[in-house]
Amino acid sequence: MEKLLLRNVGISNSWDIDTYVERGGYQALAKALKEHQPADIVAMVKASGLRGRGGAGFPAGVKWGFLPAGVYPRYMVCNADEGEPGTFKDRVLIEDDPHGLIEGIAISSYACEAEIAFIYIRGEYEFGAGRLERAVEQAYERGYLGENILGSGYRLDMLVHRGAGAYICGEETALLSSLEGDRGHPKLKPPFPASEGVYHKPTIVNNVETLFNVPFIVERGADWYRGFGTERSPGLKLFSISGHVNKPGVYELPLGTPMMTLINNYAGGPSQPIKAVIPGGSSTPMLPADKLADLTLDYETIAEAGSMLGSGGVIVIGANTCIVRAVERLAEFYRHESCGKCIPCREGTDWLYQILHRIEHSAGREKDLDLILDICDGIAGKSFCPLGDAALGPVRSSIEHFRNEYLFHIREKQCMV
Amino acid sequence: MEAWVDPAFQSSNSDFYGGILVLSTGAKEKILQLKSRYPQAQSALLPALHLAQRECDGWLSDEVMAQVAEVMDLPLAKVRSVASFYTMFNRQPVGKYLVQVCTNLSCSLLGAEHIVEHLKRKLGIEVGETTPDGLFTLLEVECLGSCGTAPMMQINDTYYENLTVERVDDILDQLAKE
Repeated sequence: MEKLLLRNVGISNSWDIDTYVERGGYQALAKALKEHQPADIVAMVKASGLRGRGGAGFPAGVKWGFLPAGVYPRYMVCNADEGEPGTFKDRVLIEDDPHGLIEGIAISSYACEAEIAFIYIRGEYEFGAGRLERAVEQAYERGYLGENILGSGYRLDMLVHRGAGAYICGEETALLSSLEGDRGHPKLKPPFPASEGVYHKPTIVNNVETLFNVPFIVERGADWYRGFGTERSPGLKLFSISGHVNKPGVYELPLGTPMMTLINNYAGGPSQPIKAVIPGGSSTPMLPADKLADLTLDYETIAEAGSMLGSGGVIVIGANTCIVRAVERLAEFYRHESCGKCIPCREGTDWLYQILHRIEHSAGREKDLDLILDICDGIAGKSFCPLGDAALGPVRSSIEHFRNEYLFHIREKQCMV
Repeated sequence: MEAWVDPAFQSSNSDFYGGILVLSTGAKEKILQLKSRYPQAQSALLPALHLAQRECDGWLSDEVMAQVAEVMDLPLAKVRSVASFYTMFNRQPVGKYLVQVCTNLSCSLLGAEHIVEHLKRKLGIEVGETTPDGLFTLLEVECLGSCGTAPMMQINDTYYENLTVERVDDILDQLAKE
């Protein structure tokens, strides 16, 4: 397949504006400003069916349409807080095609009539943040950002803003709290950021990859974009694949590609027999090997199989892996990252980790599995934001599909593998 | 103990003055600049804390946070509250090199725990501790977005990927010489 999203990745000096422009960059921005009104772009992105690529899969154009008419100023926020375990696709775009991202943000900001675009990038991506900052400087110098862009009269300022280590700041309202200079606590929705976001002003928050797709849609049209993927999951997606595969990495594929094609034809096949696969980042339920044969990488099929496409962060878990240990480690992650605001998540993630830790360390009891599931019920749908539900993904699915491993740990006081 | 800030103190870098690290005038000016870039000044708090931490030996003491609070025109309690939320803000001293090994799922699947054990032996410290010479602090951290090149670690600003025990030795031995 011809590389589109990844077309500049691997090209020498791809992050430099001269290389980017030489390879056709910023033409989509010029076209958008010259030939289209903001509302046209919103309609185009809606028609393309582009869905949020951060994990939630909400249609981007629909989100943009929620902006209340006549209310200004508006802000655009690029969510570059990539923190979902197993996900590293945004990092590739940030480091190796920062101008592609800037162009996507600029067109989207124009469509949403935003006057400032913030790129909220996780603090650990210092290298990428540096590349983005230099690219933003270059874009200003050449007139792609700032006052009167390309003579259109449109003005956009862009700021790179670093986070400081908090997975929860990938959740849009927690990100906005952090951007305002506070602890990263999520906020109640409604009101949604589109009506009341950062500084209580209308704000659109979109993932890096989502925004990155926009120039392609503007340049070649919504119908062209719909030519890829499936009816309800149109377009191209970047899949991060890691774990027990021979060629881990980021691969660009149309949505609807079979999972086993990604694993075998792109990622070099499994490095040991597969026990389970997490399809879309650690928060998505794991699927045992026998569910993979007919699985295609799109939102609907994976949902029907009992999991989620999420961020498309595929983690392949080999047969020699102790599932209990793997889930214990993930439970530790969610407990660490819980913001502490609400009781179900704050207390629940702590208890889940404690019980899983006991089971993994030969002190499990027969009733522990029911206790774990009971705690899960206490979190599910009851936490203030999706982090609580996310913590349940690996726990419930592993008990459903690998109960025998847990029971072995509890009864034999040791690992099955 | 009340944090003490000398408004007349001039230096191009942070200095050790009477036991308290004092933010340089340059840093304070930079923070003021940052405040003006945002529609609301408090948004500059995280950038200000990053700046202060870089200037002040990689950690944020109460005294340094008090100085940030003053420049930001925020209560000290707010600054401490915000700093305490984020993993990257160190509120205890750290070594010259902060060695952060990811042990989340993909890295664990590829042997991150062996890397941690090796580092503990090599440095002679437990996770969370600093070597007596003040060079290395060892931490286990959450997913750094480098799962495709696991196992890996971040030391200060730099990612070191596709680690083996040998590479770890080379990296640390090289840093120890610098």
